[in-house]
Amino acid sequence: MKDKSPIVEVKNLTISFGTNHVLKDFSMEVLAGENLAILGKSGSGKSVLIKCIIKLLIPNSGKIIILENDISKLDDDEMDRLRSKVGFLFQSNALYDSLTVRQNLEFPLRRHWTKEERKLNAEQAVLEALEDVGLSHTIDMMPAQLSGGMRKRIALARTLILRPSVILYDEPTTGLDPITAREISQLMIAVQQKYNATAIIISHDLTCIKMVSNRVIMLIDGKNYASGTYEDLQNISDPKVREFFD
Amino acid sequence: MTKASDFQIVYTELVFLLNQRMNFLTNILTRVKSPFLSEVGDISRFVGRFFREIWKPKQEYEEFINQCYWIGYKSLTLVGITAFIMGLVLTIQSRPTLVEFGAVSWLPAMVSVSLVREISPVITALICAGKIGSGIGAELGSMRVTEQIDAMEVSGTNPFKYLVVTRVMAATFMVPVLSSLAIAISLFGAYLGVNIRGNVSWDLFWFQSYDALSYGDFIPALLKTFFFGFAIGIIGCYKGFTSQKGTEGVGRSATTAVIVASLLVFILDLIAVQVTDLLGLT
Repeated sequence: MKDKSPIVEVKNLTISFGTNHVLKDFSMEVLAGENLAILGKSGSGKSVLIKCIIKLLIPNSGKIIILENDISKLDDDEMDRLRSKVGFLFQSNALYDSLTVRQNLEFPLRRHWTKEERKLNAEQAVLEALEDVGLSHTIDMMPAQLSGGMRKRIALARTLILRPSVILYDEPTTGLDPITAREISQLMIAVQQKYNATAIIISHDLTCIKMVSNRVIMLIDGKNYASGTYEDLQNISDPKVREFFD
Repeated sequence: MTKASDFQIVYTELVFLLNQRMNFLTNILTRVKSPFLSEVGDISRFVGRFFREIWKPKQEYEEFINQCYWIGYKSLTLVGITAFIMGLVLTIQSRPTLVEFGAVSWLPAMVSVSLVREISPVITALICAGKIGSGIGAELGSMRVTEQIDAMEVSGTNPFKYLVVTRVMAATFMVPVLSSLAIAISLFGAYLGVNIRGNVSWDLFWFQSYDALSYGDFIPALLKTFFFGFAIGIIGCYKGFTSQKGTEGVGRSATTAVIVASLLVFILDLIAVQVTDLLGLT
């Protein structure tokens, strides 16, 4: 793993909302092809961290480098181009209610593909992304007609359609039953193998983290408190870490 | 082409200068610890952003047409029925007073002036504030709380341009269209109202109506509806786009969008009447 270059670097990230200091000097690196899980309690700043990575939130200080781009120095157009290489699976799926599954999947293409490219290749890209998640038959359905697990898969298909190099998963299994959660975790592994994408997974679902991740960071008190493989962390005696595994 | 780009440069400069002044003012307003003034500051900033974003590529024509359909065509039945009843009721209720003064022959003229100048544009705007303002507020609010707006931003689409600019533009253009149709339908309702108790021919009704009206009645009435439409669109979008606190916030966005937009319609109407009066168009 050590010979691989970092795809995402977060250096001394600090962000506060009023008097609530969410992240304090948080630093981490994610290597190419790695599946990094960030584990922390609810409200510990996990989602805030990945929203900073994709520049949905602006930190008070610190540096974020993605694919060798310091995102604080990018203008809107440059950031949009970079975002085509970074997929984001939202906790709430964030499917557009008023659009069909097909239109939902085509939506990211409208900014990053030309009209000609869309005309020629969009249908194929949509079908391929849906096949990847095993839901080709839902192409003309509305999001409201789908179950929670199906919506999560469609959201993942929409994330995959631009073939991102980095995928950010925000609580991918929250609100799902254990069987569906396991299926989503397996799907994430399959996606990682097929696209060779780097993944950052925000979760407090230990089963998912154990299945999917190569490395885990414990986000405690706004800091990178501990880091290692799932098994390494499981054997740490620090009470703050043990809380998660006991 | 040159003229268009010159215009764009001048416009951009003007917006920049205006924004500098506005930013100073809005910063003061948002720092003052008054929720009302802070909200006024935020709305001013939101309006400023609208005028900055409107010229930025890429233009979302498809979504604009789609919104014109939803805001315009889908409101037509409601506006039409209301306008018809308005014309009918106003005529029926005005008749006894005019009969008392022996001025019943003035009924078509009086009703037409009232409907064209004031009642049709304002009632149409209020209906739109209720239907469109709450619709936009709830739609964008639910998109905000379910992270759909964030998803749009992540996918590289400017959500402000795609959601706000298109809806505000559609409301600005469609409210005058609806208002014009409402004037025509309400006049038809007035014609039927006149004929319930009296017997006035179609030709005589229109002759008396148009004789009483001038461009000074039509043009200010039409112009103010553009401002009504803009106010309804921008308030609906502002409330929805900045919605917070989950589903409770969505409900609050929809409700406050209607209240603020309706209030603004009356304030703008008051300003329009004063300006029309100053220009001697009354």
